[in-house]
Amino acid sequence: MSRKPFVRRVYWNEPAMNWWERFYLFEILRGLSITGGVFTRNMWRWITGRKGALTAYYPEEIRPDYARHNRGKHILTQRPDGRPQCIACNMCATVCPARCIEIEAGLDPDDTPHPKYAKRFEIDYSRCIFCGFCVEACPEDAIRMVPETPGLPAQDRWHMWIDRDALLNWNPQRDVAKPYPPKPGKGVPT
Amino acid sequence: MMQDLVVHGAFIVYAIGLLMTFGLILTWVERKQAAIMADRIGANRAYLRIPFTQIKLVWWGLFHGLADGLKMLLKEDFKAASYDRVAYAIAPWIVFTPVLLVFAVIPFGGTLVPAELFSGSPDIASWFGDRTYAMRIAPLDAGLLVVLAFGSITVLGSMLAGWSSDNKFSMLGAIRSASQMISYELVMGLTVLGLILIYGTVDLVDIVEQQSGTLLGFLPAWGIFLQPVGAVLFIAAAQAENRRIPFDLPEAESELIAGYFTEYSAMKMGLFMFAEFIEIAIIAALFTTLFLGGYNLPWMSDAGFTLPGGHFVPISHGAAVVMQMVVFLVKVMLICSFLILVRWSLPRFRYDQVLRFAWRFLLPLALANLVVTVVAVWAIQGAGA
Repeated sequence: MSRKPFVRRVYWNEPAMNWWERFYLFEILRGLSITGGVFTRNMWRWITGRKGALTAYYPEEIRPDYARHNRGKHILTQRPDGRPQCIACNMCATVCPARCIEIEAGLDPDDTPHPKYAKRFEIDYSRCIFCGFCVEACPEDAIRMVPETPGLPAQDRWHMWIDRDALLNWNPQRDVAKPYPPKPGKGVPT
Repeated sequence: MMQDLVVHGAFIVYAIGLLMTFGLILTWVERKQAAIMADRIGANRAYLRIPFTQIKLVWWGLFHGLADGLKMLLKEDFKAASYDRVAYAIAPWIVFTPVLLVFAVIPFGGTLVPAELFSGSPDIASWFGDRTYAMRIAPLDAGLLVVLAFGSITVLGSMLAGWSSDNKFSMLGAIRSASQMISYELVMGLTVLGLILIYGTVDLVDIVEQQSGTLLGFLPAWGIFLQPVGAVLFIAAAQAENRRIPFDLPEAESELIAGYFTEYSAMKMGLFMFAEFIEIAIIAALFTTLFLGGYNLPWMSDAGFTLPGGHFVPISHGAAVVMQMVVFLVKVMLICSFLILVRWSLPRFRYDQVLRFAWRFLLPLALANLVVTVVAVWAIQGAGA
């Protein structure tokens, strides 16, 4: 069996090098001077106490230029008296594709308009995919996502849960559209 | 006799410690330097926690090398279903050992006179008597030849590794490694031959001592000024010998997985990596010795500085010993950094380009360099005679 010898196809836009570039050594030196220059510049910045990198030192350093609608860490909104607006309807937990929300409902008979409240409300950030479905599903605007993501990473998965009080208080926000009257008598249910 | 044993034992401990430290540190230096070149931060997470406290020593990620080594040691030593037991087991050592042995003939300091160093305590000084030691492990006349000889043993290791793994990727990597290293060995040998002609010796201590003079009255008589083309060829050939990026065809992650050590895991694979990193230090040490005046600063010799004007500044023996060791380390470190810069700047060759580069470009250049050197040496010595 005879085979045709392989002939390399020549393209019309074949890059052409002149003999100087083909000689390669001086082009190498040019390339090395560029990369070496970047290295010395960045190194000088580090040595003089500035930052010589474009990357952020996450999580110690958080970029200031997150998008306004970035889906970051969750918050639970508060009623005017500081109780969570959540009515423990479990819609967020149901819609959550990562199944990372756990809610335990409690009964507060004194609060007649909203007798059901969230005794526990916990999010597992080792599984959360930040899709924002929980925010969309919530009928009460009780859960929101803010652009910032402080303190999410941890050394192991057991420290990546965040509980109700933290969700309520790390960045307290209120739902201005629903000014509930304060609950008579008691304070925050536990 | 006993004195020789003590001194050489100290040298060996120093050299082994030096090489291991370089091997560990260079993994970190490589990652960090690459990161800084690319506007990144680089390895910064591994830390040592001081026991019973919450103080974490991060030290710019310096412990990443340690963590890598530990990981390699603790991993499962996975073996393929079929492999050649003996060859598979000894291949990493055949790669690793010669790399360490090469350092035996490289001088890492000038002459050591223990009696003068311990002149404070007469007992030790009298015990050592008037013995002097050149600071290297093996006082061999054939220093440079030993370096080249051990350098070519490494090929056997990578061939064995590729052959014994019973894997086509390994086999391809081994074949590439063998042909590439044999090609570049030739270039390296021819390059070094020019230096041997100039210095008239293959003893590395002699070569270093001859470099402490001056050229044209002011230049330090370093090999890089005597053989500039030779220095460039040497560094190119050495990088190819080391199988690092512009010439990393034997390993070629994108085509051959990991080349000849594809089937290796855990510390066996770690040995290959470690050998590669130590080899960087060895190449840097060789380049320093041959082309950059070894352990001496410009115009410096064991006794002191002979400045270009003819002015002589003497230095004490202790200061000279310390200075020479530090200067050697600094030079080696700078060359290592340069090699890493090259590795992270240049794009890879294709395989045919690697061989064409060796045989059609470097080899003729090395031969031309040799011819010019021969003619020049003949002319100068003829004029002298």
